[in-house]
Amino acid sequence: MHLLTAEKLSIFRGERLVLNGISLKVAAGGMVVLRGANGAGKSTLLRALAGLTPLAAGGLYWDGMPVTDFCAHAARVAWLGHLNAVKPALTAAEHAPMAALAAVGLERFADLPARMLSAGQKQRLALARVVASGRVLWLLDEPTTGLDAASVARFSGLCAAHRAAGGMIVASTHTPLEAADVRELIL
Amino acid sequence: MKSLIARDLKLLVRQGADSAAALVFFLIAGSLFAFAVGPSPAVLAHIAAGVVWVCALLAALLPLDRVFGPDFEDGTLDLTLLSGLPAYEVALAKAAVHWLTTGLPLLVIAPVLAVMLQLPGGEMGLLLASLLPGSMIFSLLGTLAAAVTLGARRASVLMPVITLPLMIPALIFGSSVAGSAHPAAAFYMLGAIFAAALPLAPLGAGLALRAAAE
Repeated sequence: MHLLTAEKLSIFRGERLVLNGISLKVAAGGMVVLRGANGAGKSTLLRALAGLTPLAAGGLYWDGMPVTDFCAHAARVAWLGHLNAVKPALTAAEHAPMAALAAVGLERFADLPARMLSAGQKQRLALARVVASGRVLWLLDEPTTGLDAASVARFSGLCAAHRAAGGMIVASTHTPLEAADVRELIL
Repeated sequence: MKSLIARDLKLLVRQGADSAAALVFFLIAGSLFAFAVGPSPAVLAHIAAGVVWVCALLAALLPLDRVFGPDFEDGTLDLTLLSGLPAYEVALAKAAVHWLTTGLPLLVIAPVLAVMLQLPGGEMGLLLASLLPGSMIFSLLGTLAAAVTLGARRASVLMPVITLPLMIPALIFGSSVAGSAHPAAAFYMLGAIFAAALPLAPLGAGLALRAAAE
């Protein structure tokens, strides 16, 4: 059973101290939702949890051990950034395998180039890639942006399935999510 | 790393115009010399190897802003860095893709330009043999510069300013191979530059990528 702990994180973006003294704990099967106004530092915190942004102070721990090897930590992380990293020239099937496409309801569009997809469908494609990654820690920045009600419900189902399998999720979102036992962190 | 190279090659093949632009530039820039210095075979033969080298260098610079630029802008770079691959391997893969889509095609069409510039037939082999490590050096150092200028404003101005001084040693030794009575010495220097760039450029580029992704 895994455990991700962040203790008293302080993070600079350029010259500005964006986050100061943020602590967070996610156990296997757990989910933390980051809330806060635009610019409160939700994305920055997610980038720090992924190991992309260096910490000015505080510590990041995996199973109680300090995270020092970026590559080893990266191999645990499934990342969905605010940029969806969908390549217009590649087809949906080239972004994610068929099973994952079916999980987000995109199986009919598998052979279409991603440039033909709508904004919401591209977001679902990015979610399919997270599902397909098989990584234990999902870090999701605004995963529900552009999703319709049915897709949000489907996304909640995917999160529940991931957590039931022992996965952990940290997500920033403004939309209320229907999920059991979610801890909120207000930034 | 192989899948990263394969994906990038697939992307570039589907957007073929980007890579073709460098080749067209290479041929046009090279043939302009024949118009400017006159059609005298003696003069052309004398400058041919140098012209081919300079044009290959400039053509290799053209697609550099596409090496990391699109990935940086659409968030793919974050995903690549989080793929579990060390950053220097990502940079090495990008350099390999740059060479396969720019350096290798340049090598293939370089003889056309060389013949047009009246390069003596006996020197063709030497020219191509020097361009092989030369184009690899261009790709490695170019990738380094592309990574360092990533996210900077006016990156397209900054990039040649950083790259060209690094590439000048390779240009000096490489262009002197064809036509030299003793090409071995210049070859050794080219080899030394390549041997230094192969580990160091991806290492530097990897560090720059991590910094750009902060």
